[in-house]
Amino acid sequence: MLPAQKYRQPDPGAVLAALHEISARCGYLPEAELRRSAVELGVPLSLMLSAASFYATFSFKPCGQHKLQVCEGTACYVKGAAALLEYLSAELGVQPDQSTEDLMFMLKRVRCVGSCGLAPVVRMDDETFGRVTQPDLEGLLARYRQSPPGAA
Amino acid sequence: MKILSLADLDVLSHAGRLGLYPGQVKISVGMATCGLAAGADAVYEAMQKRIEQRGINALLTKTGCIGYCQQEPLVDVRLPGAGRVIYTQMTRPRARALVDDLARGDLPVDNAWAVIDQEENLVEGQVSRFARLPELAPAPALDQQPFFTSQRKIVLRNCGYIDPQRIEEYIARGGYRALHKVLTGYEPQQIIDEVLRAGLRGRGGGGFPTGRKWQVARNAPGEPKYLLCNGDEGDPGAYMDRTVLESDPHSVLEGMIIGAYAIGAHQGYIYVRDEYPLAVERMTNAIRQAREYRLLGEDILGSGFDLYIEIVRGAGAFVCGEETAMIASIEGGSGEPRPKPPYPAEAGLWGKPTVINNVKTWASLPVILARGAGWYRSLGAPENAGTVVFSLVGQIANTGLVEVPLGMTLRQLLEGVGGGSADGKAIKAVQTGGPSGGCLPARLFDTPITYEAMKATGSIMGSGGMVVLDESACMVDVARYFLDFTAQESCGKCTACREGTHHLLVILNRLTHGQGAPEDLALLEEVAGAVKIGSLCGLGQTAPNPVLSTLSYFRDEYVAHAVDHRCPVGKCAMTAPISAVGAVEV
Repeated sequence: MLPAQKYRQPDPGAVLAALHEISARCGYLPEAELRRSAVELGVPLSLMLSAASFYATFSFKPCGQHKLQVCEGTACYVKGAAALLEYLSAELGVQPDQSTEDLMFMLKRVRCVGSCGLAPVVRMDDETFGRVTQPDLEGLLARYRQSPPGAA
Repeated sequence: MKILSLADLDVLSHAGRLGLYPGQVKISVGMATCGLAAGADAVYEAMQKRIEQRGINALLTKTGCIGYCQQEPLVDVRLPGAGRVIYTQMTRPRARALVDDLARGDLPVDNAWAVIDQEENLVEGQVSRFARLPELAPAPALDQQPFFTSQRKIVLRNCGYIDPQRIEEYIARGGYRALHKVLTGYEPQQIIDEVLRAGLRGRGGGGFPTGRKWQVARNAPGEPKYLLCNGDEGDPGAYMDRTVLESDPHSVLEGMIIGAYAIGAHQGYIYVRDEYPLAVERMTNAIRQAREYRLLGEDILGSGFDLYIEIVRGAGAFVCGEETAMIASIEGGSGEPRPKPPYPAEAGLWGKPTVINNVKTWASLPVILARGAGWYRSLGAPENAGTVVFSLVGQIANTGLVEVPLGMTLRQLLEGVGGGSADGKAIKAVQTGGPSGGCLPARLFDTPITYEAMKATGSIMGSGGMVVLDESACMVDVARYFLDFTAQESCGKCTACREGTHHLLVILNRLTHGQGAPEDLALLEEVAGAVKIGSLCGLGQTAPNPVLSTLSYFRDEYVAHAVDHRCPVGKCAMTAPISAVGAVEV
């Protein structure tokens, strides 16, 4: 036993961590993975499913490769985030929380990324952009469409 | 290396000082999330390349956020033995030009925003003064810049000053000395007494006396006890906790270790929301470093006291910031709250006594223990000791993260620190406390910032989000924005919250789309009252606040929407068919 374990409970708490792990590896939560993980953790599948459906982060369907998040925090709202979301929704032809047909992009609304001093803010995968304008978004989409990062 | 004594801390402190005040040119780039959002990584890379090309002897480092987000990216330059010069709004070309200047031995003054001539080591109560280079005489000192003049940094003491990835720099600014002091000289009860005397209240916004919470947990039967750090900063428009976790993670760890020793806990969790990946990264690194030096883990500082801390990542559920929901989330299921009492301090995580405090509360503790309760009480206002951190955002000239003594008036904060409105339009209101708070009109700006005075206005202190709204904001639409938020984030357990927030949203959608009726105002008040009394947790109990506070202070705007079908500021569409906004008939 590791020393740390003497203070811990046998761990149903691992459910959330397992969901994060599957989501990071597969990009979403495939049913087979959830079943396997439930057996591994010794928890009922229903617990995995109820937790997975409770949190906004997780998806049961494959998602676009690049997650484009429009911050809808209060400061961004005050500074015009709605127009940015509307533009992206029209440009990508998807509603928020949907992915494009080619699974290149997923458009997401995010509650607040906490960069309110630079509102409005948009995040592409792990990269955060501040004081965003519509021309910025045009440039960003063009850049990803021409040479998507991660593609050879 | 295992740290066992003050002498060991001194060794690391020395190493840290070499990083903080090197014998060569030092360039620091502010690289917390806000700096990165403004392009700090591109600035850093440009400088790195240029320094190599020019072959100058300069140390390029990354630091956290000093709070002046308006002017990001920020770059600091320190010549050996001299004060630190802050350059604002850096771009790649300006960054390269700055390196070129430095290569020639120049320090440009024309775009130097401020100079830090003195630095305070708050924990040890020492101030270091640095020489001012003659050519920098025209640049103002940092505390002469109105944005910083009335600030008093305790929670944010190291943010923007140290490299958050280096524990040595935290130690060089007095870090882990308070921990050493209490582990070697205090009984746990003495720590609780000191925190009680200091008058520290919960900085998550509740304002409950921290020492009292600890006392309950210490006295409660049940082992093991647990310790939680609430870093699930869900309020939109707020990023105080993110900044502390990213820019000074060890201050949180040290506070937690002190708290764990006081209540007798050996396992702690830091719950960080999923939207803060950099905070998770920095905190993970900090925990690893503290473990390596045995400041965390088994036999901390040779005292025989053990504490293990793990990070739990949230997954995009606002309600998990509520303490019982957070506990449910860590236990592994959906983050649904449960009734209180019993309070977590009596029966929390896995049914055991559990202390939950906010990031800023934990970060305050090392200074309080080092400097003493009397010192802390001397800051702030009666029954409201110390300082409060706000993220000052929206339509204000100086957006950023600020820390001021409690008791300052809203006007002093908005006009003095914030510099007034962003573009000449009059400030109409401030929104505090996020979806749980309310909007205060300009005529109440002489209200002192204390837990009680803020509550008396119908808003709350909250955890520190302060969004400034000018004349162009429609207060009915602001209320609609927050109810859209809470209606979606309601976990659904309590009918009054699940249905009531939705019902409020439907009415507000009607009003902002020109389909309201005069009786909608009374209906809003009635439904709001039902949601308040019919909900288990803070989310539901406070969700109507944005509606009620705007109804009480900006009733004329509601009347214009409901009776005249007119939006006084022209923000609301007033015409769109109701189906287009996803509302259903009530």
